[in-house]
Formats: sequence, structure tokens, C-alpha cells
Amino acid sequence: MTYSVGEIWLLIALLGIGTYLVRLSFLGLIGRRRMPDWVLRHLRYTPVAVIPGLVAPLAVWPAATGGEVDLPRMTAATVTLVIAYWTKNMLWGVFAGAGALALLLNLS
Amino acid sequence: MASTTSKSAFRQGIVAGLPFTVFAIPFATLFGVVAAEAGLNVVQTMAFSVLVIAGASQFTAVQLMSENAPVWIALAAALAVNLRMAMYSASLQPHLGALPFGKRALVAYCNVDQSFAVGMARFEAEPGMTLNEKFAFFMGSVLPVMPLWVLFTWVGAVAGAAIPDAWALDFAMPILFLALVGPMLRTLAHVASAATSVAVALLLAGLPTGMGLLLAGLAAMIVGAEVERRMGH
Repeated sequence: MTYSVGEIWLLIALLGIGTYLVRLSFLGLIGRRRMPDWVLRHLRYTPVAVIPGLVAPLAVWPAATGGEVDLPRMTAATVTLVIAYWTKNMLWGVFAGAGALALLLNLS
Repeated sequence: MASTTSKSAFRQGIVAGLPFTVFAIPFATLFGVVAAEAGLNVVQTMAFSVLVIAGASQFTAVQLMSENAPVWIALAAALAVNLRMAMYSASLQPHLGALPFGKRALVAYCNVDQSFAVGMARFEAEPGMTLNEKFAFFMGSVLPVMPLWVLFTWVGAVAGAAIPDAWALDFAMPILFLALVGPMLRTLAHVASAATSVAVALLLAGLPTGMGLLLAGLAAMIVGAEVERRMGH
């Protein structure tokens, strides 16, 4: 990481303030005014829109292999997603994915 | 009399919040570990968990920091993950909006996924609750989770420094993110949104760090909302 100490604190502070203002928005700042439906509809998808895009390049071109597609990591990624989806439980996904990765890395 | 019912609402809130500790403890520990691996010191890591208190967003920020994305891109992506909380704020407003500003400011700080879910479920199930009971219940529901979130971030940050590289921790973050996404894929619209995000992010991977992600997020939001609209929810 090449972030300077100042940049690290800047990011923490702005993210903290920004997140707080989002949390406070309707409770403290905007009050009873209703948000248009189309805005609500878009907000509903923010986590699911950002996180998969963040993880996809990491899973397909892992840093640990210098960006080469890696079968154990790809398999572990798939196992994690399938188990987490199927059980509706994040922790089972983590355990299954980490287990699969440990197993495959030790086999290869 | 009012204070007795508020006290019991507070206790009920604590009970309702307890199950979330099972999730918060490993999640916070992992955040501490990952942040330490990325090169943040203990104070910076703790500042994340105290000031931001939003796991997915904290992980997003740390991941982009370790990829050396520009500050504003890391900020935009991590903040985008938290935009859903504006929706929480709007839903809580009819229930808690009549509180004095100081209390509303406190509710906002504690407006996290868990307290929102538990609080809204209770307020809707029991329309007879008074304003003070609702406030007491809401605050009770975060009491088990928030201190543990902070404490175990610290545990992870301290432990992270001692973990050997052989543990393939490089892949802890992808596994964690995928495990977070799995349960979010509740409807076709969510699946379409996630698939768009993956496709656009991979296609635009050549752009400067983080740019592809912002565009992928934007496209995926639009696709999710559009699929939902066409499905007529």
C-alpha cells in the first residue's frame, strides 16, 4: 500500500462522516419528505451492485499468483458463493470456501 | 410507569440483538486481520470500526487502499456500499422521527443492518409501542453487537500481525466478499445486478484502479432497479 498516513486518515474521516450523514439523512436532515420510488429502487441494489464487481477481478486474477488464473482459488471462490447462497448464511460460505482453498492448496 | 415499559423494551431489544453477535465476532476479527495485512496500524483499524461501523464498506475501502486506488475512488466505492442506509433512515423516520434531535443523532449512529432489521420487524409487529419504547428497543438491539464489533476488530488487528503468510490470507478478502454476496441474491433483480457488476468490472479491468468498479456499480444498480421495475414489484 502506498497510501500516506495523511491519506489513510483522510479516507477514514471522510468515509466516517459520509456514512454518518447517509444514516442521519431522513432521521435528522430531510425529515418526513418521501423519496421518489425510483431512487429507493436504485438504493436497494447498492451493496449487490458494488461488491461483486470488487471481488470478480480478485477471484479471476489473484494477486498471489501474479494475476494468473488459479484453479484452487477459482474453485474456492465458487464454493464460497454457492454455499453462502444456498445456506443464506455468510459464515457457512466463509468456512466452506476457506476449507476448499486449504484443501486444494495442500493437494497441489 | 413509562420508564418501566421503556426498560422492558430495552431488555427485549438486547435479546433481539444477541443472535447477531455470532456474526459480528468473526466478521470484526477478520476485518482487523485484513486491515493489518493491508498495512494499517491498530489505531487506524480501530478508527474504521468506530467511525464507519459498516463491515462491507470497511472491507471495500481497505481492499481499494491495498490496490492503491486514488482516495476519492476508494471513498466513492465504500460510500456507495452504504447508500442503502439512506433507505433505512427513511423507513425509521416515521417511527423515531419525533425524538429530540440528540436522540435521533444517536439512532443514526446506531443505524446498522442488524438494528434496522430487528427494529423495523418489531415496530411493525407491535404498532402500539410508544416513541420511548421504540427508542429503548432500538438502542437495546445494538448494545450486544456494537461493543463486540469494536473489541474484536482490535483482537483481529493485533492477531493479524502474527499470522504467517503461508495461510493464503491473500484470498481471505475475496472469500469474505463472496460469502457476503451469497445471501444478498434474494431475487432475480439482485442476481441480474450482481452479474452485471461482475461482467462490467471484468471488462473494464484495464482502466485505472477503481474506475471500472465505479462504472460497474453504476451499471449494476441501474440493471437491478430496471429488472425490479419490469417484474412489477
